[in-house]
Amino acid sequence: MPTSHRSMKGKPLRRQLNLQQQRVRAAYVFLLPMLIMLLLVAAWPLFRSISFSFTDATADTLFNGQSQWVGFDNYLERRVRSNGEVRWRGVLVDADWWNAVWNTVRFSVVSVSLEAFFGLLVALVLNMEFKGRGLVRAAILIPWAIPTVVSARMWGWMLNDQFGVINYMMMGVGLISAPIAWTASSDTAMLAVLIVDVWKTTPFMALLILAGLQMIPRDMYEAAKLDGIHPVKVFFRVTLPMIKPALMVAVIFRALDALRIFDLVYLLTPQSDATVTMSVLSYREIQQFGDYGEGSAMSTLLFVIITLFVLFYIKLGRVDLTGGSR
Amino acid sequence: MAHIQLKSLCKSFGALEVIKGIDLEIRKGEFMVFVGPSGCGKSTLLRLISGLEQISSGTLLFDGQEVNNLIPSKRGIAMVFQSYALYPHMTVYENMAFGMKLAQTTKAEMDTRVRRAADLLQIDHLLERLPKQLSGGQRQRVAIGRAIVRDPRVFLFDEPLSNLDAALRVQTRLEIAKLHHDMSDVTMVYVTHDQVEAMTLADRICVLRDGEVEQVGTPSELYENPNSLFVAGFIGSPKMNFLTDRLAADFDCTTLGIRPEHITITTAADAVWQGKVIHAEDLGSDHFLFVEIGSSEPLIVRQNGKLLGRIGDALSLRPMPEHLHRFGTDGRPIDKAA
Amino acid sequence: MGRSFLGNILFYMGVILIVVISVYPFYYAIITSFESGTALFKPNFFPESFSLENYKTVLSQRSFLRSFANSIFIASVTVGFALLLAVTASYALARVTFRGRGLLLMTILGVSMFPQIAVLSGLYELINLLGIYNKPWALVLSYTIFTLPFTVWVLTTFMRELPVEIEEAAIIDGATPWIVITQVFLPLLWPALVTTGLLAFIGAWNEFLFALTFTISETERTVPVAIALLSGASSQEVPWGAIMAASVIVTVPLIILVLIFQRKIVAGLTAGGVKG
Repeated sequence: MPTSHRSMKGKPLRRQLNLQQQRVRAAYVFLLPMLIMLLLVAAWPLFRSISFSFTDATADTLFNGQSQWVGFDNYLERRVRSNGEVRWRGVLVDADWWNAVWNTVRFSVVSVSLEAFFGLLVALVLNMEFKGRGLVRAAILIPWAIPTVVSARMWGWMLNDQFGVINYMMMGVGLISAPIAWTASSDTAMLAVLIVDVWKTTPFMALLILAGLQMIPRDMYEAAKLDGIHPVKVFFRVTLPMIKPALMVAVIFRALDALRIFDLVYLLTPQSDATVTMSVLSYREIQQFGDYGEGSAMSTLLFVIITLFVLFYIKLGRVDLTGGSR
Repeated sequence: MAHIQLKSLCKSFGALEVIKGIDLEIRKGEFMVFVGPSGCGKSTLLRLISGLEQISSGTLLFDGQEVNNLIPSKRGIAMVFQSYALYPHMTVYENMAFGMKLAQTTKAEMDTRVRRAADLLQIDHLLERLPKQLSGGQRQRVAIGRAIVRDPRVFLFDEPLSNLDAALRVQTRLEIAKLHHDMSDVTMVYVTHDQVEAMTLADRICVLRDGEVEQVGTPSELYENPNSLFVAGFIGSPKMNFLTDRLAADFDCTTLGIRPEHITITTAADAVWQGKVIHAEDLGSDHFLFVEIGSSEPLIVRQNGKLLGRIGDALSLRPMPEHLHRFGTDGRPIDKAA
Repeated sequence: MGRSFLGNILFYMGVILIVVISVYPFYYAIITSFESGTALFKPNFFPESFSLENYKTVLSQRSFLRSFANSIFIASVTVGFALLLAVTASYALARVTFRGRGLLLMTILGVSMFPQIAVLSGLYELINLLGIYNKPWALVLSYTIFTLPFTVWVLTTFMRELPVEIEEAAIIDGATPWIVITQVFLPLLWPALVTTGLLAFIGAWNEFLFALTFTISETERTVPVAIALLSGASSQEVPWGAIMAASVIVTVPLIILVLIFQRKIVAGLTAGGVKG
């Protein structure tokens, strides 16, 4: 029986929805649960956190409704003392905060650069055909697979000033004469974090870049070889421009992770001034001092910085993160 | 059986107008072929008929009923895609039965129809296989089978032979022709860019260009009476010869068209044109000679049987007067002189 | 391959260096975990002694085993839930054109870029309001903030790659979008689901900040927090041996999983990043 003669079940007065309209309606229904969840676990808490930054809430007053609205005071406040002295308070004039910002930015720039550099090297190696390539690719997945906690403890142990094997090795080859307190000393603490982060994250960068490399059609290289172009020139003129999109995406993902770093710093170092990052500082303010107002101000500022960074980066690099529309 | 009517059909994708007001009637049970160069809108038009694309303006009627807003599965159509579009994780049987399963047809009915179609297409031994275990030709037959099983009133083909190699193409073309013969009450709309497919399969051909209908007619109508330079040059392989300027003026027109098969090689006394052979193609059954006669492009002359000219030979040529096509400045045919 | 002999040597040296650097730290953790007593405090490159004492210590602590169970429960539930929502959402985002789609995609991506600290205080308030503080559900809820955008994002990429014509054939057969998803796409998509789920699982397993903040009793901890807070007999002593043993116990299954699903994981990571 031809399907066209089947009765149209009960679509009385309403206009028949055509295919496109039906699909759009279904799409909205499909998206709704996800949107609701995101509203609940992301939008609402973010809104609340930002609101806290405008109050004097503390751990005690958070739930008894006794916190008060203080406007921008957590950010910047001008106070006049009884003797007429003017003092500025607030996160924006807090030396600790700017120290944390500096630590974070410096760390991000250095770590992402190193990870991109080493990632590129590893990716180039993996892109070549050689025996045991599969083994190498498996090997580099290991640092990525290890939980941050474990990495922190593992490296903490290796970098231990008394019993650490790194000091042992370096003294053994005569690089240093006395053991270095990697994680405790303010000179080297950030370096320690850097080492562990680069170790952990280079595989991820390498894999992303490798994917970009593997999309370059082989005949480009063959044509270049036929033309007798020097491999180094090929790399800069052919390879690099072609992996630029992949590289850009990898860099931005990494940079964002670096800007919000918390776990490694908290676990590997005693969070001294040398290593405290924006996340760590904000956390300390909230959890240790119970100052929800100022702590939230810090976290909000971090959020703003990250958002600005992303917008700036997208505009500047014209990076298309959605892969175009279908 | 469907009488399909397209009335002032338009389709735009955003600002881009792809179908620019098409009026067409497709008769019940006929095999209509949409043909034209890439980008002419033939696939879009097919998809408008199927319901996969929405009509921007105009009306589409099946058997007098407006179907603009009907979803595809309610239009009584079935479609065969260029890339077969078989469900990879289902067996051939399941592929063919899927539509009926969704319509909650009884198991018995499903079985009957699947086996009948499989028998018709000679794929009954493949029913338990997965698509990846089939050859290209077999996959295409399964795709056709899936369409047959829907018992449609309109059968739509979207360049179904393009993915097949030459030999398979001829074979499948034959099967489609046979299908049309066996299912004579089902209207078939077929899209292709290959005018050979169009000429061999069609009851009527609709030549499309830039979203508009150039000409509609039977293959012989289009072959003998093209109503524009475009259609004249599009139909027929190899292309019709076009002569301009002085050579055309000799015949009182802006452009003179004459097909390679309508030029005879004759003696110098009877010659209308004379020239030298600059290139020859030997296809076994036919030979095509490219003769330089002073026009912008060499004249192609078809010869069957033994080769009468070789490269470098001087030839005297005479067109068959009843097959001359004279076109005016507007690209339209001037009425044939007696 | 046309490389010179010297070039070959340098290349393989580089390869060996990469492998050693990648693997050595964990190798060292393993051999440390098998040492105890004074042997522990002597740096060495190769195992010199063997003892299971550290493992006994760790495994006898009920709280450690409990934290394992907690982590498994939390990660599974949050990922399962996210996948459920993500399948339909990704279909809509990948295959239906509607107004605001691009913006929505960017928003979802944006959410996954939230610094966790920025929602900490808000989440804390919400969790207390719902009365789930110091319960696994607190973490199931909070982890959704990154598992959901992540799974949606990666699945959208995979959804985009499914051929249009198969969907169109299904539409002509009379399939509604729901049927297309469940009967046509899902069977084709399940490897992607496994990959996405695995990656999200690893992310949830790994999470530290929320786990630290939203649980307070030893019985509610997750694995990362349990390891971080492993303390020794006295308040001064750091039980390195036990810590290494715990680390090994926690990491080996992860590494095995990752190695087994290597190809899929790499595909998933790059799908999210490159093909985007």
